[in-house]
Amino acid sequence: MITQLFNILIFPGILFLIIYGFFAEYIDRKLYARFQNRIGPPWYQPVADFFKLVGKENIVPEQADKTVFKLMPVFALASTITSFFYIPLWREKALYHFGGDVIVVLYLLTIPTLTFFLAGWYSRSVYAMIGAVRGLSQLFAYEAPLFAAILSAALLADTWTLSDITTFYRNHPSLWLVNIPGFVIALISLLGKLEKTPFDIPEAETEIVAGTFTEYTGKLYALFRMTMNIELVVGASLLAAVFMPFGFQLNPVLGVLVYILKSLFIIFIVALSRTVVARLRLDQMVSFCWRFLAPLSFLQVLISVIAKKVFMP
Amino acid sequence: MHDIHDFGDVKVPVGPQHPALKEPESFLITLRGEKITAMSIRMGYNHRGIEKACEERSYIQSMYLLERVCGICSHSHSTCYVQAVEEIAALDVPRRAKYIRTLVGELERIHSHLLWLGVAGHEIGFDTLLMYSWRDREIVMDLLAKLTGNRVNYGINTIGGVRRDVTSDQMKDVLRSMDLLEERTKYYIELAQDEITLAKRLSGVGKLTYDDVIKLGAVGPTARASGIARDIRKDDPYAAYGELDFKVITDDHCDVFGRTVVRLKELLESYKIIRQISEKMPEGPLTVRAPRKIPEGEAIARYEAPRGEDVHYVKSNGTERPDRVKVRAPTLANIQAVARMLEDGYLADMPIVIAAIDPCFSCTDRTTLINDTGLRKKETMDWATLRSLGIESYKRRGVCFDKLNRKLEKGLKK
Repeated sequence: MITQLFNILIFPGILFLIIYGFFAEYIDRKLYARFQNRIGPPWYQPVADFFKLVGKENIVPEQADKTVFKLMPVFALASTITSFFYIPLWREKALYHFGGDVIVVLYLLTIPTLTFFLAGWYSRSVYAMIGAVRGLSQLFAYEAPLFAAILSAALLADTWTLSDITTFYRNHPSLWLVNIPGFVIALISLLGKLEKTPFDIPEAETEIVAGTFTEYTGKLYALFRMTMNIELVVGASLLAAVFMPFGFQLNPVLGVLVYILKSLFIIFIVALSRTVVARLRLDQMVSFCWRFLAPLSFLQVLISVIAKKVFMP
Repeated sequence: MHDIHDFGDVKVPVGPQHPALKEPESFLITLRGEKITAMSIRMGYNHRGIEKACEERSYIQSMYLLERVCGICSHSHSTCYVQAVEEIAALDVPRRAKYIRTLVGELERIHSHLLWLGVAGHEIGFDTLLMYSWRDREIVMDLLAKLTGNRVNYGINTIGGVRRDVTSDQMKDVLRSMDLLEERTKYYIELAQDEITLAKRLSGVGKLTYDDVIKLGAVGPTARASGIARDIRKDDPYAAYGELDFKVITDDHCDVFGRTVVRLKELLESYKIIRQISEKMPEGPLTVRAPRKIPEGEAIARYEAPRGEDVHYVKSNGTERPDRVKVRAPTLANIQAVARMLEDGYLADMPIVIAAIDPCFSCTDRTTLINDTGLRKKETMDWATLRSLGIESYKRRGVCFDKLNRKLEKGLKK
C-alpha cells in the first residue's frame, strides 16, 4: 500500500513527473535558444515562471462559463498524469497495466486537447474561440497518423498492452527497426499534439494572441502550462517505449539513465524541428497530414502486417 | 450558448493592441471560418501633431523633430525635409556632404530591410529567422553608432550639409562589415528559396497585380515586387545617386514572396552602392552656410525611404519658421493596398500581409479626422476649436489653467 502510494505520488509518479516536466521545458527552451544563437534561460526559469504565475491573481472573464473555465485545467492535468502510469519507462512492466491500455493511453492523451477546446470555447473571447476551433480541427488531422503509427507497432507485437509490447521487442530485439517509418510519423504527429511549430496553429500569437489560453491567468494558466510540460514528457516517454524498446533489462540506475536519454532525444528532435521551420496554415497542415502522413502511416501498418507474416510465421 | 454554425461570421479585432502589430492601428476583420470576408482599417491612434509642431519651431529645430517621425527611417525623413529647405534657399550642398548622406541613407536601408526580414519571420512563426537577421542587423547598427554617434536618430544632417565627417578608417570598417553582411544576405536568399515551409507561407499570399499597384498607388518594394520599376533614386536622383551605378530590383511574383526577394536583393544593391561611395567619395567641405531666415517659396522633395517614396512639402514665408510642412510617409501610399491583398485571404496570412508593406503607422497618422465608412459624415476641425475642446475636456476633469493664463497675459503686457 505504502509502496503503491509512493509510486503514484512520488517516484516515478506525480512528483517525478512534475520535476521532469520542468526539466523538459528547460531543455526545450534552452536548446531552442541555443539553436537561435541566444543564451537561453537559466535552469530554474520554468520553476520560477510557475511560481510567479501561481502568485498572480486569477481573473475569470465575466462572460465565461465559470465552472468549466476553472475545471478544465484540472481535467487536463489529471488525464495527462494518469496516462503516464501505463507507460513502461525503464522496467519492462509499467506501474499499472491491463489488456488494451495502449488505446486508453492514446485517448487519455486526447483529453487535454479536448479540454483546451472547451476552455477556449467557454472563455467567450474571439481569440480563444478561434484557437479552440483550430485546436480541434488540428486534432482530426494528426490523430489518425499518430494512432496508426503506434498501433502498427502493437500490431506487430500482437498485443494491445504497452508493457507487453516492450516484452515482445525484448524477445525480438531487431524487429523495432521495422517501425522506424512509424517513429518518424509519430514524431511529426507529436508536434501537432504538443502544438509546437510548425503545428502551433491553435496558439499562433501573431494571429490570435495566445489562442485558447488568451483569457487564462494566474494559477489556472500555471496548471495549463504544467499540463503542456507533462504532455511533452508523456509524449516522449510513449514514443520512447514503443519505438525505442531497448534498455529495459538493465539495472535500475542505468535504466533510468537510458530512459532519460531516450526521452531527451525526442525532446531534442522537437526543439530542433521547431527551430528550422515556419508555422503552417491550418489548411496546409490538414492537407499535409491527410495527403502524406496518413497514407504513410497506413503503409506502416501494411509493413507491420507483412513483417509479422515473414518473421513470425 | 453559442451554436457552432454561428461561427460563420465572427468579427475579430486586430489592434489597436495586438501582438501582430508593433504600433497601434485597428484592423477589424470579419471571418467566415478561417477566411477573411471583410476588413476595415482605422488609423489615427498614433497622431502626434508633428507637422503642426514644425510650424512653431525654427527650420533647424523642425529638422530634429522630423527626424523623429519614424524610428527606423529617421534619416529618410530628415534628408527629405532638408532637401526641400535647401531647394527653397537655393543652397548648393557640397558633394562630400551628399556622399555622406547617401552612405547613411544606404546603411539605414540595410538595417531597415534586415529588421523587416526578422519581423516577417516572426509573423509566420519562424522565430529563428528573427533571431538570425536581428543579430546580423547589429553589425550595421554598430556601424551607424560609430559613424554618427547614434543607433537610431542619427542627427547627421544639417541645413546645407552634414555635421560629421567620415574618416578613411571608418570607411574601412564599413567595407569590412559589408563583406560580412553580403555573405549573410546571400545565405538568407538561399534560405528563402529552399526552405519549404517558408515558401509555403509566402508564395501566393497577399496578391497585388501590376494594375492594382497602378490603381492604388503603392510605392517602394511593394510596388517593385509587382514588376513596377519605380524608385526615386533612379527616377529623380537626389544626393549622390546620380553618380552611382545600381539596379532597380523588380520581381514579378506579385506576392509576399516577391516582396521578400525584392528586399533581399536590394540589400545586395546597397552593399554595391556603399562600395562605390567609398571609392568615389570626394574631398571637400561638409557644409555651406545656411541663412537663418529662409526666403519665401515652396518646394517638394522626394526620397526613396526603405519602405518607398517619402514626400515632404515645405512652404516658407520668409521668416525663420516654416509656414507649412507636410509629410507623406510611404505607409500612407501602401496602406490602401493591404485591403486588396487581404481579399479572400486567410486569417493566418493577415499578419504577414500587413507586415509585407513594412508598415510604419506612427509615420502615417496625420490627422484627428476619422472618416468611418459606416457613417459617411465628415467634419473638419480647425486649430482653435480643437484647442478649446482640449481646454474644456481638462476643465471637466478639474484641471484649469485660466488663472495661470491670465497671469501670463498680464506678464506679457507689462
